[in-house]
Amino acid sequence: MLAFLVQRISQAFLVMFVISMIAFAIQDGLGDPLQEMVGMSVSEEEREAIREELGLNDPMVVQYLRFAGNALQGDLGNSYFYSKPTLEVIAEHLPATLELVIGASLIIVFLSVPIGVYAAIRPQAWLSKFFMGVSTVGISIPVFLTAIVLIQLFSIGVTVNWFPSDTGWGQWLNDFFSTEGGLPSYGRGDELTHLFGTWESGFFTGTGLMHLVLPSVSLASIMLPLFIRLIRAEMMEVLQSDYVRYARAKGLSAGRINFLHALKNTMLPVITVGGVQIGIMVAYTILTETVFQWPGVGLMFLEAITRSDIPLIVAYLMVVGLIFVITNTLVDLIYGLVNPTVKLTGKKA
Amino acid sequence: MTTATVSRWDRFRESFFWYSFKRDKVAIVSFAVLLLMVLAAVFAPLLAPADPYDLAQINIMNSELPPVGMSGADPAFPLGTDAQGRDLLSTILYGTRVSLMIGFGAVVLQAFLGILFGLLAGYLGGKVDAVLMRIADVQLSFSTLMVAIIVGAVFKASFGNLMFGEIAIYMLIFIIGVAEWPQIARTVRASVLAEKKKEYVDAAKVMGFGTRRIMFRHILPNTLSPIFVIATVQIANAIISEAALSFLGLGMPETQPSLGSLIKSGFDYIQSGSWWITLIPGLVLVVLVLVINLLGDWLRDVMNPRLYKG
Repeated sequence: MLAFLVQRISQAFLVMFVISMIAFAIQDGLGDPLQEMVGMSVSEEEREAIREELGLNDPMVVQYLRFAGNALQGDLGNSYFYSKPTLEVIAEHLPATLELVIGASLIIVFLSVPIGVYAAIRPQAWLSKFFMGVSTVGISIPVFLTAIVLIQLFSIGVTVNWFPSDTGWGQWLNDFFSTEGGLPSYGRGDELTHLFGTWESGFFTGTGLMHLVLPSVSLASIMLPLFIRLIRAEMMEVLQSDYVRYARAKGLSAGRINFLHALKNTMLPVITVGGVQIGIMVAYTILTETVFQWPGVGLMFLEAITRSDIPLIVAYLMVVGLIFVITNTLVDLIYGLVNPTVKLTGKKA
Repeated sequence: MTTATVSRWDRFRESFFWYSFKRDKVAIVSFAVLLLMVLAAVFAPLLAPADPYDLAQINIMNSELPPVGMSGADPAFPLGTDAQGRDLLSTILYGTRVSLMIGFGAVVLQAFLGILFGLLAGYLGGKVDAVLMRIADVQLSFSTLMVAIIVGAVFKASFGNLMFGEIAIYMLIFIIGVAEWPQIARTVRASVLAEKKKEYVDAAKVMGFGTRRIMFRHILPNTLSPIFVIATVQIANAIISEAALSFLGLGMPETQPSLGSLIKSGFDYIQSGSWWITLIPGLVLVVLVLVINLLGDWLRDVMNPRLYKG
């Protein structure tokens, strides 16, 4: 166990080291701090002097060590666009992304568990087949397309006139297929509650929550099919196991077996795989935030790319890398702790 | 012509593969739809009513015309036009072509890398295996899309917009291929580990064949069926990744659109009511990815490689 612990943690440090090397290479290869600092009129000698002073002529190793040392002290340089420390900029944008991820996670948990369990208990029911079919189709729809369809349906609204509107039921059918629209599809709204630090929350006001609906549903839509399939597969495996059969033979009620005995052992792998998936959700936040102009770190990163704001790109890489490494290491450790015999394989992107 | 081809055809007709294909309606429909889309994409220059790359054929007066069946439609543009006045049917045909090209290209690249690294890791074992699989693990834990976005961002920042637009097809094939190789490498490694214990490998070793020959001529052919299955699914993944990158502005430029960049350029006009510019290419993308995924599921059931994991 101790060897496993040491191995995982040292691997986490190694990965972080590699990420910092990549980040440094990007900063070194793409950013010329001089161009941002001085104007056109500065002569070549003066430029050379500033370069020397900034240490840009030092050997690579020295420069990397300086970069890494600063990074460890929480200094990842200043953003060109915001003229502020990059970590401060990220801290301002992080709460929005976190709330989006929390909203999506809640939707995933409250929908995938009941649907997955139902599909496992009654695999032949038409409703199970319907859910499984929908999740197969759902996996094939990219997250930004789901978001666009949701905007069309629930923000802009659709008026249908396929049926003759002079008859009563024709009008009723038209109304049935039409959608109202009106849900906000842009940003977080202007009624945010200030919690602490840079955290402004949309969870406590009506408009804040309304603004959260479409982005969280879109973000949840990409993970939901995966979780439904995972829970169904795990649950079906557990239902085949000896202890469940024994419980049946003993005459326990189906509800007790399914929800007390089987569900517990289903959720164990689901929670750990889920931990990894929630880390991966960060990648999808970039897409979701772009569609909804959600002012989180994903949109900030994309804007930093279009503005060639190299320090901000680098800082984002380091922060996201750190989040990934921490979640993955924790998940691995928990998994190793709870179930030392099983290896984590087959993670899907 | 010769008896060999006839007998091969006969053998195919009597195979389990063909038998199960004939009996699976989903597989037949998916294959038919995919074939239709691939043919339409390949022959796009012949089928398309207009050439979307040719600026002389575009008239800005025709912009944002709705598809046939809605009021204000022009029968010359069956699916309507986009914001620049390009015929949507033609841009979709050409866009499907670009998307498929990138999808296939990226999978060829990742299959090359994945097979090479998977074979090396599985057959040689030891340090080579440890290092290669660690890299694969780390890359997968970051999710392939994230890796692709970051590599794309760095390329775009270093090449500049114009330059990147010109070589975007090759860049995207490279980015997606490099981002997704671990998926194939893992599958290959797992089947190599199972194969290398078998007697025919021992026999080959006893006969004095070199490591390279055993790896590529003896083991590789026996690992092809799981590779085939995962490569099919990976084409769908690559097409989605390409669409996502293009949607973020890290992919194909608007002048040479893929399905993803069509969806992106249409999205700017959705608030003004022109839903067709973004939703019709979107529907084409979903159908394309869905039929490939369904075929992949069917292939997996037929070939039943135990080691494949979605």
